[in-house]
Amino acid sequence: MRHTVSRDLLLAFILLALVGLVSLRFPEFASVKSLSSVFNDTSILIILALGQMAVILTRCIDLSMASNLALVGMCTAMLNASVPGIPIPLLIVLAMVLGALLGSINGLLVWKLDIPPIVVTLGTLTIFRGVIFLISDGQWVNAHEMNPAFKALPRFDILGLPILSWAAIISIACSYILLNRTPLGRSLYAVGGNPNAAVYTGIDVGRSRFNAFVLSGVLSGLAGYLWVSRYAVAYVDIAAGFELDVVAACVIGGISIAGGMGSVAGAVLGALFLGVIKNALPVVNISPFWQQAISGCAIIAAVIFNARSERRPGRIILKQAENV
Amino acid sequence: MRKTTTLITAAILGGSMAMSSAQAEEMRIALVVKALGIGFFEAAAKGAEEAAAELGDVEIIYTGPTDTTAEGQIEVINSLIAQKVDAIAISANDQDALVPALKKAMDRGITVISWDSGVAPEGRMMHLNPSSNSLIGNMIVKMAADHLPDGGDVAVLSASATATNQNIWIDEMNKVIGDYPGINVVATVYGDDLSDKSYREAQGLMSSHPDLKAIISPTSVGIVAAAQAVTDEGKAGEILVTGLGLPSEMAAHVDSGASKSFAIWNPIDLGYAATMISYNLAKGEATASADGEIGMGRLGAVTLDDSMDGAMSDPFVYDSSNINDFKDIF
Repeated sequence: MRHTVSRDLLLAFILLALVGLVSLRFPEFASVKSLSSVFNDTSILIILALGQMAVILTRCIDLSMASNLALVGMCTAMLNASVPGIPIPLLIVLAMVLGALLGSINGLLVWKLDIPPIVVTLGTLTIFRGVIFLISDGQWVNAHEMNPAFKALPRFDILGLPILSWAAIISIACSYILLNRTPLGRSLYAVGGNPNAAVYTGIDVGRSRFNAFVLSGVLSGLAGYLWVSRYAVAYVDIAAGFELDVVAACVIGGISIAGGMGSVAGAVLGALFLGVIKNALPVVNISPFWQQAISGCAIIAAVIFNARSERRPGRIILKQAENV
Repeated sequence: MRKTTTLITAAILGGSMAMSSAQAEEMRIALVVKALGIGFFEAAAKGAEEAAAELGDVEIIYTGPTDTTAEGQIEVINSLIAQKVDAIAISANDQDALVPALKKAMDRGITVISWDSGVAPEGRMMHLNPSSNSLIGNMIVKMAADHLPDGGDVAVLSASATATNQNIWIDEMNKVIGDYPGINVVATVYGDDLSDKSYREAQGLMSSHPDLKAIISPTSVGIVAAAQAVTDEGKAGEILVTGLGLPSEMAAHVDSGASKSFAIWNPIDLGYAATMISYNLAKGEATASADGEIGMGRLGAVTLDDSMDGAMSDPFVYDSSNINDFKDIF
């Protein structure tokens, strides 16, 4: 635990340095208004990274998150367009329930059929996209078809921050409590850290993984509503490829792909790191090809750093008998 | 052998003579679309009916498969050949797969043209493009300039840096930028046709160019994202969003004032022009030849290039005055 805290501090420091570097070139970037807009813009990535983290902790991976987001987003947008009377809070609950259902498909396949999670979620990634096409017939749901409340909610300011940002903050708080203070959360760490030992302590490894996938589904569903209402449009390709950003955020945040290690703060910082890069590159005015290369380098650098810090020194089981 | 050939020739001659006598009563032009039930094509059919009403002696057969497949269109073409229509104007689902069926139609004396989505040159007499690259390039900057009488800084939000269409249009735009004094293109950024990236790039443009007056986005994902970003920034009306988009996708943003005008083809005009061209070709009033001109009624005439392609007109401009008529169409 101590180890991850120091890591998180280091990442926070790098993040600050990054903001400082950008503001050398574009001073306004470090203003409160600009930084809160960066946080707002990164909110959806943060929410997804928290879900992905829960899955990665159990030594699994969820590549279907962006497709789940897109499918739920399309469903809520279509529902809103056809039945504008449904109150938005209810719609959000429906989105989270639908997301959970989609997540549970992944979970069940991993739990009951014991299929490797990367294969399962690679499959559902394309299946969910296909379903969006089937239900929407390839048509867009456009801004004028959504009712004003649907679009206004994530932009509504409370205490100076839009609800979109608050959704991320609440998700962070809930994830922190869930992962650190509940048996369910602790079991995710146990399952990833050492599955055999987890079994001996009475934890059902498969069920824990299932729970992690459901959690990631719930958060994807929430993000689905937020995405379509923020950009006021829903179509088949929304958030295409976004799952890679989510995994990258987790990796940069020090969530170990080998499972069992990582903190909520790490996932949030990892997402913010990507968010700062994504928001900074347009204002520092460099070629789009460099942008891609820079994002890629940041990920590789983080992984190298992770790999080095995770390498544990060999443990001495039996000490050589000393001179008696 | 020779005898049978002669017989067949006679039969064909007889057939075409019979047809031309039928022509005198009513010419039948088939408007074949990618699939039935698509708003864009229903609108094109409306334009075709308009042309038919103007011409008087034309019957429009609006048809197409139920899904967007080349096989479905081949069936439709074969049945049109059997019905001995006078002309087929088609928006193709496949550039090459339809060629044999359309060749067969042309062999039977049927006038064949493609519009919107083309067929390979050997499968049609001419192809009608909705617009041309140079017309599009000019129009996207003209729309910005029209609303900026004093000039000002404008920026381009494109799709990906390697998108062929967008790059050609932006090049064409830069060629004519001198015709619009006072308009400075200060940046070209790339949103990769992703909502979130386009939105961020639009935000970036607004913060790094405080004097920005307009964002030109020649891509439908980009223009919607830019309009939303401008609205969220509270700058709707101050910073103009224009470019290429669809009326259904842009309706809300025209209402909010973020976009005053944008352009895309007008499907009604397209159906109208395709019908007029088919009529003139089938009547023999014009022939499809390189550099040749074919009349399109109220839209003037189309000039063909070496590959028998022609461009109909400037992209059609949509604004608050006409968006409501089109937003449910496409």
